[in-house]
Amino acid sequence: MKLVTISGPPSSGKTAVLVNVIKSLKTSGLRTGAVKYDCLATDDDALFRSLGIPVQTGLSGNLCPDHYFVSNIEECLKWGISLNLDLLVSESAGLCNRCSPHIKGVLAVCVIDNLMGVTTPKKIGPMLKFADIVVITKGDIVSQAEREVFAFQVRRANAKAKIMHVNGITGQGASELTSLFLQAPETETLDGGILRFSMPAALCSYCLGETKIGMEHQLGNVKRIKIKQEQP
Amino acid sequence: MTEILEKKIGYLTAEFPPLTEFFSDYGITFTDLHATLGEALEGLAEEHYEDIGIDREKLLENLDGFLQRITLSEIAEAPTVSEITIIGGHDKNGHPEEIELTLLRGSVTSIVGPTGSGKSRLLADIEWMAQNDTPTGRMIRVNGQKPDPELRFSLEYKLVAQLSQNMNFVMDTTVAEFIAMHAESRMINNASGIVNDIIAQANLLAGESFTGETPVTALSGGQSRALMIADTAFLSSSPVVLIDEIENAGIDRKKALSLLVRKEKIVLMATHDPILALMAERRLIIKNGGIHKIISTTTGEKDNLVRLEELDNKFLALRTRLRSGEMLEEL
Repeated sequence: MKLVTISGPPSSGKTAVLVNVIKSLKTSGLRTGAVKYDCLATDDDALFRSLGIPVQTGLSGNLCPDHYFVSNIEECLKWGISLNLDLLVSESAGLCNRCSPHIKGVLAVCVIDNLMGVTTPKKIGPMLKFADIVVITKGDIVSQAEREVFAFQVRRANAKAKIMHVNGITGQGASELTSLFLQAPETETLDGGILRFSMPAALCSYCLGETKIGMEHQLGNVKRIKIKQEQP
Repeated sequence: MTEILEKKIGYLTAEFPPLTEFFSDYGITFTDLHATLGEALEGLAEEHYEDIGIDREKLLENLDGFLQRITLSEIAEAPTVSEITIIGGHDKNGHPEEIELTLLRGSVTSIVGPTGSGKSRLLADIEWMAQNDTPTGRMIRVNGQKPDPELRFSLEYKLVAQLSQNMNFVMDTTVAEFIAMHAESRMINNASGIVNDIIAQANLLAGESFTGETPVTALSGGQSRALMIADTAFLSSSPVVLIDEIENAGIDRKKALSLLVRKEKIVLMATHDPILALMAERRLIIKNGGIHKIISTTTGEKDNLVRLEELDNKFLALRTRLRSGEMLEEL
């Protein structure tokens, strides 16, 4: 079975792009399934189900969604294989921009949109910088110049990725993206698989439920801001 | 790639000034200008790489890509497009299109057909340089040749630039800064000259004038459209320009088209406006996902264009009167 991981900042159009890709995959007669990772709640599973494909939903609740994803992706892969799927897409929201959900040997896609501003690509970490395909959405509402500048900034943050423009509403570009999905390598197991880059670290007192503020309540992996003294 | 690692920081930043900005994107500022780039990158703590979310290898890969771009070697590799040929596929029912249409630089073609008839698909086929691998089965030739499939992902080689009704500027900058930023991304050195040219041209197209200091988000609909067209004409690398209906208000459509033609663009216009449709030398009739027919604009139609323009001017004059507070009791 082919596995594709899709990530991207919230509301960038991941689901809209996937819906169009899944429609296109269905017309070519392939058995597709979807896994949706989210934090608190999601309605997207219903959307995927309405396309007539099997869906799993994982809500990370108060855990880091990235860590939750990597602890559960193997189970989801097994589920997809047990259903004899040809292709499984796994969608996860990148909430802190330092997310790093991409796995070596698994086709990695990052979805970002033109409305985020031209400086955004450099602010997004491994989720963008280690992706194989970067999909840019919402191109229909910004000027040609902004699209070109934005794509240039993406290229600067990831020199090798294939950059695609897809319109999540009309589906323009989705069949082309689908053709790239079909070239994804086969993934039979993720046991022993390796992330392309380390995930954001977190192991401090607040991870364990601390709510009080102040030095004495901070334990573990804590990082201090460097306050710069401005010259008056 | 290994060569650059042996160069001194001071030399590199003097030779390629954009490198300073490139590294600052990764939170890297160099203090020792006599150190080599390799030494400087080696000296960064593992923690720094973890914080910026990239490893040394990937950073070097991006640096290599960026250098290729600023030294223009990437741009030089892309062949210039002088013509594009569409070899027909089939419509939604599988009926063959049986056409071979060559679009030359500096030509204007209009595209007509109801919503959902396949206008966007045609454009997408051109953009993707379809090789019988899209739902229409069309094939695109560039300069009469089958294009290298890798060019599909080249930023410099994007075949289609789009201008549509619902596009807006979202950046928070002035007109001049905005154009300069676009020029910079195209690695154009003499940015100030081109900025002035574009502002001057856009003002010729727009009814109401604006300057380089005007914030782009404060432009009116007509001014925005005028700036987008002038900017695309001068700065977009794409040889094909798709225009999705230019509204009549606040922009001189005839001048807009002739600017794009002068800049050797292959203009495609999705429109149902009779004036725009007749300004084109031919029009494609799209039906049921296929190119149903190609009509060359006849002399009779061109004559009617003159009359249509007269009507249009009358209408515009009424708008101007309305705007200046006049009554329209007499037309």
